Amino acid sequence: MSATVFDERRNQIHRKGDTPFDLACDKDSLAGAVSQRACVFCGSRVVLYPIADALHLVHGPIGCAAYTWDIRGALSSGPELHRLSFSTDLRERDIIFGGEDKLYRALIELIDRHAPQAAFVYSTCIVGIIGDDLEGVSRRVEKEKGIPVIPVQSEGFKGNKRAGYHAACRAMFRLTGSGGTSAISAKSINILGDFNLAGELWIIRRYYERMGIEVVANVTGDGRVADLQRAHGAALNVVQCSGSTMDLAKMMQAEYGTPFLRVSYFGVEDMAESLYTVARFFEDLDPEIVSRTRELVKEELESLYPELEKYRSALAGKKAAIYVGGAFKAFSLIKAFRLVGMDVVLVGSQTGTKEDYQELYEITDRGTVIVDDTNPLELSSFLQDRHVDVFVGGVKERPIAYKLGVGFCDHNHERKTVLAGFQGMLNFAKEVHSSVMSPVWRFVPRHTTNSTPGSEEPASVPERLTAAGGA
Amino acid sequence: MGKPAKSYVSTTNACKLCKPLGACLAFKGIEGAVPYLHGSQGCATYMRRYIISHFREPMDIASSSLGEKHAIYGGGPNLKLGLKNVITKYDCRLVGIATTCLTETIGDDTPMYLNEFRREFKDLLDSHDSPELVSVSTPSYSGTHMEGFHEALRAVVDQISRSGPRHSRITIMPGFVSPADTRYLKEIIGDFGMSATIFPDISTSLDGVAAVVYEKLASGGVPLSEIREMGASPASLEFGRTLDKAHTAAGLLENDYHIPCYSLGTPVGLRETDRFFETLSSLSHSPIPEKHEMERGRLIDAYVDAHKYSFGVRAVVYGEEDLVVGLTSFLAEIGVKVVLCASGGESGRLKEAVGSVTTDLLSEPPIVVEGVDFHEIAEIAERLHPDILIGNSKGYHLARRWGVPFVRVGFPIHDRFGGQRILHLGYRGAQSLLDGIVNAVIETRQEASDIGYTYY
Ligand code: SF4
Ligand code: SF4
Repeated sequence: MSATVFDERRNQIHRKGDTPFDLACDKDSLAGAVSQRACVFCGSRVVLYPIADALHLVHGPIGCAAYTWDIRGALSSGPELHRLSFSTDLRERDIIFGGEDKLYRALIELIDRHAPQAAFVYSTCIVGIIGDDLEGVSRRVEKEKGIPVIPVQSEGFKGNKRAGYHAACRAMFRLTGSGGTSAISAKSINILGDFNLAGELWIIRRYYERMGIEVVANVTGDGRVADLQRAHGAALNVVQCSGSTMDLAKMMQAEYGTPFLRVSYFGVEDMAESLYTVARFFEDLDPEIVSRTRELVKEELESLYPELEKYRSALAGKKAAIYVGGAFKAFSLIKAFRLVGMDVVLVGSQTGTKEDYQELYEITDRGTVIVDDTNPLELSSFLQDRHVDVFVGGVKERPIAYKLGVGFCDHNHERKTVLAGFQGMLNFAKEVHSSVMSPVWRFVPRHTTNSTPGSEEPASVPERLTAAGGA
Repeated sequence: MGKPAKSYVSTTNACKLCKPLGACLAFKGIEGAVPYLHGSQGCATYMRRYIISHFREPMDIASSSLGEKHAIYGGGPNLKLGLKNVITKYDCRLVGIATTCLTETIGDDTPMYLNEFRREFKDLLDSHDSPELVSVSTPSYSGTHMEGFHEALRAVVDQISRSGPRHSRITIMPGFVSPADTRYLKEIIGDFGMSATIFPDISTSLDGVAAVVYEKLASGGVPLSEIREMGASPASLEFGRTLDKAHTAAGLLENDYHIPCYSLGTPVGLRETDRFFETLSSLSHSPIPEKHEMERGRLIDAYVDAHKYSFGVRAVVYGEEDLVVGLTSFLAEIGVKVVLCASGGESGRLKEAVGSVTTDLLSEPPIVVEGVDFHEIAEIAERLHPDILIGNSKGYHLARRWGVPFVRVGFPIHDRFGGQRILHLGYRGAQSLLDGIVNAVIETRQEASDIGYTYY
């Protein structure tokens, strides 16, 4: 694999067992390395995107807005304003004379047209350069239109996706604290860091409701401006997903004293543990809650396990690779793969932190490759070297896996299948199974002869195929 | 009637993409080329995702990954570092460097940086077989992905092609067409016994075969040697009635190397294809090969078989301008009543081009609008009561809202399978478009009927 690794990136890759663990991360992407990362704006956009009754106006040239149009599978039970792509579509004259006037008029026009509950104004790279005063314009429109208008400082070049999460959290934080909280129960939470892809948040919300807990704000899946405004009334913030909404939880803790807990809804173990953690938090108020939760988990598992067993027997011993945006999701995926008997041979993330990687190191097996901010060349060589059967990643990783004849499971924000919750674990196993066990791999001229997924017999690649493929 | 009732300040659901995306697609049609964006990381990643979702193929776009300090002090150092890394790791034959809004706005002088790079990294370049470095200026605040596409081709020719002894290979610049279209063009050329460079050629680089080992650089694309020799080509054919030769590769070849340029419409439908075949026939001094005469004959036969299904169907067509012109030309031939032609592009020529291919067929010219987004398209179209919508995936929400059939063509196809294999051009492309459109019409009637007839 060495030929494919950039010298500058050597310390961002580690194979467990080789040397003491000290992975470099949180660096700027290496120029020319085709990072799989996006930008600050992307980070902000994906976090705020599911707030369905807000206007999301991208202040910049057209691309930044066009590429994020309807980009997530985040569902809304009501308004769907978030699914439209609004841009100030800056042109040459705006670049020269400044875009503030255009921004002002665009905001007025769109607020009049759509009557949103709030407006987010995203700045992009060139706005950072031409120096438009987003705060000023936003304040003016806010006054004229009587809704919160919030600038999101998401100039693409000012860091990576995590900086974008932070900007999004600052923007949301500005909404909190203004709504009435008197009707909120003492046993209440905000769900942070679930984006309601394929309706996942609704499933999680139902679990909490079955436990007797009131959910105040969904942050941000099926999100609403008014809920965010009351979010400070909740007794607890329950935060999923490493980077994206943690900053909001911290800001709310500092400002309103709202405590927070970290959870994950992926995989059976983490899902159950998340519910128990929250239950224990409210045990003083409601001594029954833990047993109710246990009942809930038991019910779910009773129907899940027999189903899961079918997949487990087929998948046991297969090898998986994971490359996802945030490291926290990777933890859960590793456990989920274990549950179906699979080995994780590669795990990495775009934006993991030092602590994240340490934790990954601790839960992975010897020999596992751990990688930060990788790129297609590295990924392809890992997939080949490690004889991976299924790769979990996003759209940009998919063709790399498929080209090499490796199965794939989409775990990114464009997916349309519920992967969270107990039901999600089953769907996950089903999806991994449908890729790994497909007969198509038999026809793929893959050069690795010692693991051909989907075939029972010890596979050997027929000469004809190897020759035709020009190995 | 050229513009929507009211023009808006904001853009909602753009019907265009940004300039560097077009440039990257053009570079991808060159053998051994790596597209490279001089800008921040996000643009490259977004474009990759967008392109991958259509072609379902790897699409590496390198980036200077500029950060805050580069935005202030200039992106030169990172551009050079990025180039060094790309050349070292990809062993490429060409790096196609497109600028972005950011680097244009901070005033980076990319050609100057490249010259410095050539001097400072001479050893590196020499030891990697001297890959070409081509740069094109593509700020997205002026122009769409199609301008970026054509500017990139022009930049390549400008910076690489040379004059030389005349050879017999003609150059065809088909514009942004599908891999399937490109393969078909090659077949046609071969059948005429001619040789041609189809520029760019994404037929394999964006529609490749299952691999044994991962190719760092997808194979396929126009070999550099052919690009160099374009300056000595006997003729170039360029598709696109809305193009301005001052901004195209064929225009440059004509101007700098006196290579005759045949400007043709994108050959969609019968008559535009006839013009293309006639041009090939006269250039090759040979008749249209029988195979293609037969395909033409079958197409006309199918036109007749289909004519009652398609007659009077009210269509809205949108997308890249030259594709819109071609589609409208074809639709007019089969009696479809195109009521609206729309594009996010702003060549200023769309209306005239549509007129030139339809006036003798349509009793009433369609409304033609440029520089519009999907919000405006919807607003105009809803007054026109369309029966069918034809364009790329991004119009799906309108078809759904109106409850009309939707025929997907062009780029991007993000919600269906096989976008890279859609055939638009030539007699064969017209045949497959015709089948698709007629079946969409029949399906709608069948579904709407209480009876569920099984003969149509
Ligand atoms: S900044 Fe320009 S080049 Fe980059 S995505 Fe936005 S429009 Fe495209
Ligand atoms: S211009 Fe900046 S904000 Fe827009 S996509 Fe590119 S990196 Fe992101």
